[in-house]
Amino acid sequence: MTAEPRSRVRFYQVGSFAVGNRLVGSDQRNAQSDPGRANSLTSGHRACEGCGEALGARYVLDAAMRATGGRLVAVNATGCLEVFSTPYPETSWRVAWMHSLFGNAPAVASGVAAALRVKGRSDVRVVGQAGDGGAVDIGLGCLSGLFERNDDVLFVCYDNQAYMNTGVQRSGATPPGARTATTEAVGPAPGNGFGQGKDMALIAMAHEIPYVATATVGDLFDLETKVERAMSMQGARYLHVLVPCPLGWAAAPRDTIRLARLAQQTGIFPVIEAEGGGVTGVSKIRHRVPVEEYLRLQGRYAHLFDAGGAVAAPEVVAGLQAIADRNIERYGLLGDEPDKEES
Amino acid sequence: MKDKPFAITLDVGSSLANKTGSWRVERPVYVDRLSPCNHACPAGEDIQGWLYRAEEGDYEGAWSVLVETNPFPAVMGRACFRPCEAACNRSGVDEAVGINAIERFLGDQAIDQGWEVPVPGPATGHRVLVVGSGPAGLSAAYHLCRLGHEVEIHEAAPMPGGMLRYGIPAYRLPRRVVDAEIERITAMGVTLVTGSPITDASSVMAGDGFDAAFVAVGAQRGRDAEIPAGDAARVVDAVLLLHGLEEGRRPGLGRRVVVYGGGDTAMDVARTAERLGATDTVVVYRRTRDRMPAHDEEVDDALAEGVRMRWLSTVARAEGGRLVLEHMDLDDEGLPRPTGELEELEADSLVLALGQDADLSLLDDLSGVRTSGGTVEVDPDQMTGCSGVFAGGDVTGGERTITGAVGEGRRAAASIDAFMDGRAPTRPLDRPLAAADRLNLWYFEDAPRMLRPRLEAARRRTNFDEVVGGLGADEALFEARRCMSCGNCFECDNCFGVCPDNAVIKLGPGKRYRFDLDYCKGCGICVQECPCGAIDLIPEPR
Repeated sequence: MTAEPRSRVRFYQVGSFAVGNRLVGSDQRNAQSDPGRANSLTSGHRACEGCGEALGARYVLDAAMRATGGRLVAVNATGCLEVFSTPYPETSWRVAWMHSLFGNAPAVASGVAAALRVKGRSDVRVVGQAGDGGAVDIGLGCLSGLFERNDDVLFVCYDNQAYMNTGVQRSGATPPGARTATTEAVGPAPGNGFGQGKDMALIAMAHEIPYVATATVGDLFDLETKVERAMSMQGARYLHVLVPCPLGWAAAPRDTIRLARLAQQTGIFPVIEAEGGGVTGVSKIRHRVPVEEYLRLQGRYAHLFDAGGAVAAPEVVAGLQAIADRNIERYGLLGDEPDKEES
Repeated sequence: MKDKPFAITLDVGSSLANKTGSWRVERPVYVDRLSPCNHACPAGEDIQGWLYRAEEGDYEGAWSVLVETNPFPAVMGRACFRPCEAACNRSGVDEAVGINAIERFLGDQAIDQGWEVPVPGPATGHRVLVVGSGPAGLSAAYHLCRLGHEVEIHEAAPMPGGMLRYGIPAYRLPRRVVDAEIERITAMGVTLVTGSPITDASSVMAGDGFDAAFVAVGAQRGRDAEIPAGDAARVVDAVLLLHGLEEGRRPGLGRRVVVYGGGDTAMDVARTAERLGATDTVVVYRRTRDRMPAHDEEVDDALAEGVRMRWLSTVARAEGGRLVLEHMDLDDEGLPRPTGELEELEADSLVLALGQDADLSLLDDLSGVRTSGGTVEVDPDQMTGCSGVFAGGDVTGGERTITGAVGEGRRAAASIDAFMDGRAPTRPLDRPLAAADRLNLWYFEDAPRMLRPRLEAARRRTNFDEVVGGLGADEALFEARRCMSCGNCFECDNCFGVCPDNAVIKLGPGKRYRFDLDYCKGCGICVQECPCGAIDLIPEPR
């Protein structure tokens, strides 16, 4: 198993960010370009059109399946991902998969890992997965315990920034200004408030676990590299993947990847990795754009703009821009590409 | 029930039973659009098609695709004015793909390695007369020969090539390149008779049993400006000068040369004068630079080589050793107006490069041929008013470029083929253009183009060595791989990777993909994320 992060495939040697590349050998392409990929989450699932979470789960688990040679157990919290993939008696999973309660998926994953250890099956690895509700809010106690005990689990949070399955209620990961069913766009401070919510990646880093990373479905190369890196390590690992939700974000289904990309390019969602509590790498911004471009594509921010498209709530937009600017400053997101190679 | 797992009463099934395609209100379809480069190419090349092969390092394959339409890659790679690059969508990312440089690389490789064009098809028994061995005539002969027809080219000059040889100076187009690409055509079985001017096309056609004729005699006669000239004045015609030089006659132009005109020929002759020893070459043109018909690159090269330009001037009189120029200004419609202000300019000779006309006397006895403004009128299939007689290249006016002539030769060949078979010519289908706004440019990383080496200006003045060098294999490969494949799938796997429903089926190398409509929900992510804009989202058929 390689511990080296794969560099971005030099498509047309000078680079493309597309999934595959007919000009390089299959060992240099990513898991998603392989017609024999695991398809861990197969067709027929009931996710909405353009679901970022369905995409993210397949990306992560296919990469983990490739890294472990298919010896993988997935433990899944309650949430969209579980509901749309397993309406009784059907399942979309093509990986050993176990459903638990909303809040205890990290604990169940710890238990699976302990059981495998007792059985001497060090070859079988465990992935726990949950939405932001399951990971950031309801399951945070169990997750913190998993981290603190350094159990051998990669825990993945697919963050769509609210409780989408139950009707788009605010979660601890909902960004300021966003409209949800519980933070309506009314009153003097419409949408979710500033100064709330939590940065789960930083919380995980505070546990000083071996590996913490953030990623988006907008950069497959980065995401797969991080899953591979995580699977090459032992102990507690945490991966936080931003997965745009066309339903909850009130965005066009076709814009899912575009929104994920914009989240990274604006700096509003910093893509980083950390080992032992310290940041070891950041994905630099290729083409910096103001957060406005990201916000305008989403109905959950529609109240920030008037009917003519002008900014109606400049202080909110400025506040969100300030968050992006702080991320850029904090992690050094500008500058040359991290993997700039001589071509 | 006992063999079932705990708490399960139904057999576990796969979600594949759930055909989510029924949710769809729009569906994605793969499309092939016309790339801007192919659209812009006057010769009708499938540029994107040959770049696709070149990207793999399959240069011979690329060259084979190229010569399907254009038998002159090495000539084109030097003398074409590159409308493809002007149209290239890559200019919106960084810089246009250096198509012309790759074309030259392929053309030179073909000459060096002796690559061969496909053998002609089975003989049809039809005979075609081609008058003129310039790019139009040779292109028509090449395509007619490949279709199995017997072709006889008659060329008035002692050497074949027309303007390739007698119009474009050797520093832009070395003669060995012209010779090599013409030899490839004669080696296919085309008969080429040089030194054989046709003065009466109708009697040749009837006498020698030709089923059709293609007239591509070019425009060889320089226009006269009727400038009052004293006996001592040396006034030379640009076309005759370039032609004579090719036959070894060096014109005595003196040290101070004035070239009158603003087209490519004016630039060619000015740059030639510099190489012949002129120390002060001045181009006199009646309008301004932006209105010059000469291509920018030609003007830039002329300036780099020390040629001076006198805009908004006409030559009023020529006398021994000096010219009288008149200043012009432009009226509201941009037309030059004389101002009456005169100025003298010392000049040992005056070269007229004011445009060219065709000599159409050979068509006099053909009934139905119409001419206007010194050119032959043709229909969209390149046929003149006389049945069976086709024309193309400079003789029909048009854009008067080599590339345009090659394209007209090819179109004429297709029309002649259809005519002799009694069919209507088939026209290529109009495909919608792959505009830049359909591409997802995110996926293309910045990659500045490879530049061809150029001879330093100071080293150009004493010889006719080629000014622009070629790319090496590594650079050509790099450059080919900058192609963004606008509007046509290049198998990047993006649609296959980004589908949340695994509803894209990868069919294997060269076979592209297929949508699995049983599961495609019609979200359109593949459409949005396709780098080259080769997927459309259309309303679901009812």
